[in-house]
Amino acid sequence: MNDTMSRYRTMIGHRLFWPAAVLFVMLAANTIYRPGFLSIELKDGHLYGTPIDILRLSAPLILVALGMTLVISTGGIDLSVGSLCAISGAIACMYISKQPDQNSLGVVVTALAMAMGVSLVLGAWNGVLVAVIGIQPIIATLILMVAGRGLAQLITEGQIITINSEPYRAIGLGHALTLPLAIFIALAAALLVAAFTRRTALGMIIESVGGNAMASRLAGIRSGRVIFLAYVISAACAAVAGFMMTANVSSADGNAAGLWVELDAILAVVIGGTSLAGGRFFLSGTIIGALIIQTLTTTVYAMDISPQTSLLFKAVVVIAVCLIQAPAFRARFSRRRRNVPPPATIADKPKEQVPA
Amino acid sequence: MTTGTLTAAGRTRFRLPRKQIPVLATLALLLVMYGIGVSQYTAFSNVQVIFNVFIDNGFLLVVAVGMTFVILTGGIDLSVGSVVAMTAMVSAALLQDGMPAALVLVIALLIGPTLGLLMGCVIHFFEIQPFIVTLAGMFFARGMCTFISGASIPITDGFWTSMSQERIGDPRGNFVSISVLIAFVVVVIAAYTLAYTRLGRNVYAIGGNPQSALLMGLPVGRTRIAVYTISGLCSAIGGILLSFYTLSGAPLIAVGMELDVIAAVVIGGTVLTGGAGYVFGTVLGVLVLGVIQTLITFDGSLNSWWTKIVIGGLLFAFILLQRLIGIRYK
Repeated sequence: MNDTMSRYRTMIGHRLFWPAAVLFVMLAANTIYRPGFLSIELKDGHLYGTPIDILRLSAPLILVALGMTLVISTGGIDLSVGSLCAISGAIACMYISKQPDQNSLGVVVTALAMAMGVSLVLGAWNGVLVAVIGIQPIIATLILMVAGRGLAQLITEGQIITINSEPYRAIGLGHALTLPLAIFIALAAALLVAAFTRRTALGMIIESVGGNAMASRLAGIRSGRVIFLAYVISAACAAVAGFMMTANVSSADGNAAGLWVELDAILAVVIGGTSLAGGRFFLSGTIIGALIIQTLTTTVYAMDISPQTSLLFKAVVVIAVCLIQAPAFRARFSRRRRNVPPPATIADKPKEQVPA
Repeated sequence: MTTGTLTAAGRTRFRLPRKQIPVLATLALLLVMYGIGVSQYTAFSNVQVIFNVFIDNGFLLVVAVGMTFVILTGGIDLSVGSVVAMTAMVSAALLQDGMPAALVLVIALLIGPTLGLLMGCVIHFFEIQPFIVTLAGMFFARGMCTFISGASIPITDGFWTSMSQERIGDPRGNFVSISVLIAFVVVVIAAYTLAYTRLGRNVYAIGGNPQSALLMGLPVGRTRIAVYTISGLCSAIGGILLSFYTLSGAPLIAVGMELDVIAAVVIGGTVLTGGAGYVFGTVLGVLVLGVIQTLITFDGSLNSWWTKIVIGGLLFAFILLQRLIGIRYK
């Protein structure tokens, strides 16, 4: 019995327990509400079903959130990812729409390379502002968040650019091995980031910079370079997410593409257990966080509630998850629970509460 | 002795006070922009142009004043835009149901501070970052807007329309709206509170160094909660002013306003890490944003997205300026 108790404790204590539990509860509630929720069927060699949809739609968010995890881990934040999505999508669509043969693979690859190049430059701009000039990350990236929307509209000249390119469309809606291609792209990005951060020292270095940039620098880590790199990676992830978003609808809208994705991404990271103060980061937690957000959105749509009202539910989930994970809240909660059964400790209580 | 003090006084007169440099830079920028406007367009020299900037941005000014308090403590409040929309929405919905205007006003003015108080409590007692808590507040308020109604609700109430149409000054010549006066009252009260009351000094102390403030025995928790409540109240007032201005409540109004507000506060010289800044600077920051918009409207050939690019560029310039001053004097 003691053994099961301790096993239960370690399970509860695991960092992924609460996010996974929330995701599980949401899926269970959905299945009870709509028994066909989890059913998947094979049609024309492709798998269809709500779980597949959730995975496909959460792919851009997972990408953005992966980059965001690294940035937040260095103690920063990247607000510009939404604008970067809009810019990368706008550049790619603009280039493709100007070409005579939109279906040519070469055109699409050139478009992607151009958009990726610009995004990397913008990511480097963020990195320079934060790492070299030393501006607070929230403000440094706010600049590009505000100006970036304007740039995206400048590229599309305020229009919604519609394209008709099969290879580009495949990024968002294509299939491979019966599953949507977007899932594989997100998975590949996740594995790539995980391999570089967990199989090399890079992850540890990023965490140490986030924990204490000055101490890491004194220990011989080039903090500035690591921070710079994090913003560039974040921009690259955002660019790919931007391709996916625009490919989903085969059009680029400078105003609406990637709107609020930065907030969703930050939420995904925080739900996944990475502290906004920097330090340790959890890629698997981030992915679960992104899935939670997308499941919530899909649930709300399925229940026939307007997309805007879904924000209400999002607010409740965010606060609930953050409170559960907050040390201060846990301490308060567990102290009360522990104090109830043995009355002897009550006598000690005033002593404990003397303010330091 | 006398000569010593005289030379000291003489020297300080010619040295720019370091704390005021960002504010002075904003003032200079504002004057330059206004000068450009006057030299390019003859109609720009009309005083009404300035009055219109105030009329169009009165609500932004009030919200920015609240944000100044929060940023001075080193926090941030992302919920302001949504709270503005929610306040306008609630008052429009209640007025539509036939509730008396005075009661609606009281209810609408209570919602914002209550939400702010709750957010402040969560931030203080559970030590969750302001960014996340106010983000949740933003989602909550925006969700409430569409929960109330998915479509825009017009306001036909007599009090609201009279507040909207009342012109102070010569109705055919130069005039301001009542909203501008309310905004000015808020600015004056806020400036007084920050400069001359205990609460104001606590705000600066916490922004400067929360640890030291705590060790000095200042009420850190109470002040922090108060600051978010003040921001909520200012957003509520801003929402009322916006409903005077548009005579409606729309669920998607003031989206992204929090960014304009933060930009205005930063351009106004308030340092984002907290501890330094003035309400007067925020007023200038709002005016800079307003004048940019007016200039782009006057030009006609530039599109609205240039506003965003210019605001981004200005943000960059001012943050760089703050950095440079910091480097030189530290």
